[in-house]
Amino acid sequence: MSERSLVPFDTAIERYDPVLGLEVHVELNTATKMFCGCPTEFGADPNTQVCPVCLGLPGALPVVNAKAVEAAVRIGLALNCSIAERCRFARKNYFYPDMPKNFQTSQYDEPIAFDGFVDVEVEGTDGQPVTVRIEIERAHMEEDTGKSLHVGGSTGRIQGADHSLLDYNRAGIPLIEIVTKTIEVEPALAPLVARAYVAQLRELMVALDVSDARMDQGSLRADVNLSLKPTGSTTLGTRSETKNVNSFRSVERAVRYEVTRHAALLDAGERVVQETRHFHESDGTTSAGREKSDADDYRYFPEPDLAPVAPDPAWVEELRGTLPEAPELRRRRLQGEWGFSDLEMRDTLGAGALDLVAATIDAGVAPQSARKWWLGELARRANDTGTDLAALPITPAQVANVQALIDAGRINDKLARQVFDGVLAGEGTAEEVVAARGLEVVSDDGALGDAVDRAIEANPDVAQKIRDGKLQAAGALIGAVMKEMRGQADAGRVRELILERLG
Amino acid sequence: MHQLSAADLAQRLSSGEVTSVEATQASLDRIAAVDDRINAFLHVDAEGALAAAADVDARRAAGESLAALAGVPIAVKDVLTTIGQPTTCGSRMLEGWVPPYDSTVVAKLRAAGLPIVGKTNMDEFAMGSSTEHSAYGPTRNPWDTSRIPGGSGGGSAAAVAAQQVPLAIGTDTGGSIRQPGAMTGTVGVKPTYGGVSRYGLVAMASSLDQAGPVTRTVLDAALLHEVIAGHDPRDSTSIDAPVPAVVEAARRGDVAGLRIGVVRELHGSAEFGGGFQPGVRQRFDEVVELLTGAGADVVEVSCPSFVHGIAAYYLVMPSEVSSNLAKFDAMRYGLRVGPEGVPAPSAEQVMAASRDAGFGDEVKRRIILGTYALSSGYYDAYYGSAQKVRTLIARDFAAAFEDVDVLVSPTAPTTAWPLGEKLDDPLAMYLADVATIPANLAGVPGISVPAGLVDGLPVGIQFLAPALADDRLYNAGAALERLVGTTTLEEIA
Repeated sequence: MSERSLVPFDTAIERYDPVLGLEVHVELNTATKMFCGCPTEFGADPNTQVCPVCLGLPGALPVVNAKAVEAAVRIGLALNCSIAERCRFARKNYFYPDMPKNFQTSQYDEPIAFDGFVDVEVEGTDGQPVTVRIEIERAHMEEDTGKSLHVGGSTGRIQGADHSLLDYNRAGIPLIEIVTKTIEVEPALAPLVARAYVAQLRELMVALDVSDARMDQGSLRADVNLSLKPTGSTTLGTRSETKNVNSFRSVERAVRYEVTRHAALLDAGERVVQETRHFHESDGTTSAGREKSDADDYRYFPEPDLAPVAPDPAWVEELRGTLPEAPELRRRRLQGEWGFSDLEMRDTLGAGALDLVAATIDAGVAPQSARKWWLGELARRANDTGTDLAALPITPAQVANVQALIDAGRINDKLARQVFDGVLAGEGTAEEVVAARGLEVVSDDGALGDAVDRAIEANPDVAQKIRDGKLQAAGALIGAVMKEMRGQADAGRVRELILERLG
Repeated sequence: MHQLSAADLAQRLSSGEVTSVEATQASLDRIAAVDDRINAFLHVDAEGALAAAADVDARRAAGESLAALAGVPIAVKDVLTTIGQPTTCGSRMLEGWVPPYDSTVVAKLRAAGLPIVGKTNMDEFAMGSSTEHSAYGPTRNPWDTSRIPGGSGGGSAAAVAAQQVPLAIGTDTGGSIRQPGAMTGTVGVKPTYGGVSRYGLVAMASSLDQAGPVTRTVLDAALLHEVIAGHDPRDSTSIDAPVPAVVEAARRGDVAGLRIGVVRELHGSAEFGGGFQPGVRQRFDEVVELLTGAGADVVEVSCPSFVHGIAAYYLVMPSEVSSNLAKFDAMRYGLRVGPEGVPAPSAEQVMAASRDAGFGDEVKRRIILGTYALSSGYYDAYYGSAQKVRTLIARDFAAAFEDVDVLVSPTAPTTAWPLGEKLDDPLAMYLADVATIPANLAGVPGISVPAGLVDGLPVGIQFLAPALADDRLYNAGAALERLVGTTTLEEIA
């Protein structure tokens, strides 16, 4: 289908109601894998974090990671779910080279957590905040697959590749899959709600400290299911499943795009194909993946190699006591503590910056300064590179270091931007970047004095105005000095020196 | 020396009369002398076994205290992983595959100082009752080499019967230790499910598989049972409970006052399908009289659901098989062949071609059966119903064990049959396990003890006990062994 034939979103939602479903996979941050003792660290050399169990060697057997069960229960509780008193793992059978056993050990009809909800807040069409309740169908435990790298061919997919490389380091990493019930909201809000839900899940996972929840590294992955039905109808349409959308912004764009694509098909009297789709970051479109049908048969059956998991109710209650503050309560508390306006707070949340700002403030930065950097300078850079803020290679502690240099008068706001450049480019700490790039503000009176003298000499008219008492004219001379010093002059000291000479 | 029981050999090793190197060499010599007629071994590791033997001898000489069976050579069914020796499961699929890790059973054998002389033949992936489904040729019964030794563990049973080793490890999913035991005049024990770790046992059907001892005497089986049993944190289905006092029970061997139940449904009467060889039934009746004469309180009990055992087994087992054997896909290990006439085959085509070439017909039959039984729309009717039958069979056992201490039956309906006789009739072959399957479905332990010969061929008697009461098997088995004597092969025929 060509771009031209898409129906604009606003037109589409006049005729159709979108029905959403979100499946989010969360990679747990346990030290070891779901069913063996292999480490889970990200980024190790291929096939160095494997053993007979996660390679599926003949004879090897799984053993459930108790820490993963604990994380699953805490996630379930945080999602307001009921926790199963007894549940089993199940085998999901299908063949794929990056799946060592050719079945995935997952949960089927007995998830560890079920029937929960989360409330998310988005900006309504009238600009007022709207709270939407997302019902959670289930959260279940499973293992991740390995990774395939398809070499050659044009698409990077297995079809048409010359050969494929397999890395089993990820095979067996514990995952929690969180599945919503169908979500039906005011049509115009659907993309925002999807985004806000995923952002809130991420916030929750970080608060629970159960996952790195990095969408760019795949430790939090969202599949967006979407179908349209004619406005007011109760019959569900055919859905598409857009897989592994890897940023909040992309979640929103994927919903938006699929609405326009489905609407175009339906308008033309064509059939929506039930299939998986791939989202393309570059242009915000999706393309067809594998056709799915209800005939897909994974031949689930209870995993005979594992005993059922039966969380002791007393233990579950104990875990309930360890849950962090509910996100909405925390947001309200922080807004009060920081003195943010509703708009400032909503922008902070929308940018997925709440935890980053909080951590920066905890590191000693004034709330407004912390907000200014993350939502200004850094948000712009994230946008430029199409990533989420959290994925930028800079930590709240590093931002705090930059602010500390400003507060000490060693750099100014303008220089700070260059320091961020350096830190983001991996040139080291803020301190190291300042040293290496020679960015420190010059407040040495000798060097500044010479520059001031040259500025006075070059601008006799301005100098005369200052002598005549028009002190605001000093700005022009300060600007000249700053220009000569390539922005590295201490502006306050320059002003003092000018006034000493002309005052 | 090769005729000695493991207990006798251990005694002589301990007294210094013989060394483990001598005993192991005797075993290797016997294998070299007779195995071309038996084909019990798929792999013999003379070097590794002798090195292990020398190590035990050195430790003994240094005055170290050693395990009871230290220095006694043993053979291991080729379905348990072994570092340094191939593990083929009797399949082309794993030809030449040397595992990078030891199964827990093998690790325990090594820790106890038993030299592992080799890996024994079996039906491919333990699927069969005759060892004819091995990709490496059938094993022959030492009592009559024109006959099968039973299966799937025919290799271990024949190796022990032919006195190539005093001890072997088998695995039993539906009778693969006990039925070959009956066919070859050896003792075979399937422990309580979860009593022996399955880690490193290449799974046929995870919920049924169990490794156990294959020996010539009940005491030897108990001694070996003690070595391999016990909780293993690597196997979630392994039971965290003390190992029953099996050796003590085997030494006791006294049925006076023991309540023994004859299972009506496993008696081979016409009412339940018949099919039992008259000689086997007659021998069984004689055994019952002997036990009664020794003071046992023998009664008949009924386990009505047992008649559905085979049907349930042939749904549960293939279902698990279809999933367990999916990993053999030519991607990481094992056989890999490309499809013919395809210049640049896809991964999927290579998987299909390799599985077609690597698996034999019986394996394919069970994969197809299981795939069908688990498929959407059929699951409840097949897999679901079979699981219900398992529950009913477990209830039958529970009810029976309210009234009796152990159950008794013939181990198999017939004595060993001629090679090839049932190869083209899978259903006839499956019936060979009618008496052994209920124990696997319910997870209870069973033992087959030789009870003499019928027409020159061994007959086995099976005792069954409640889960975790494996010691009762050894007590009853040892008592029967005293009453009928061991069934010793004089000469390979």
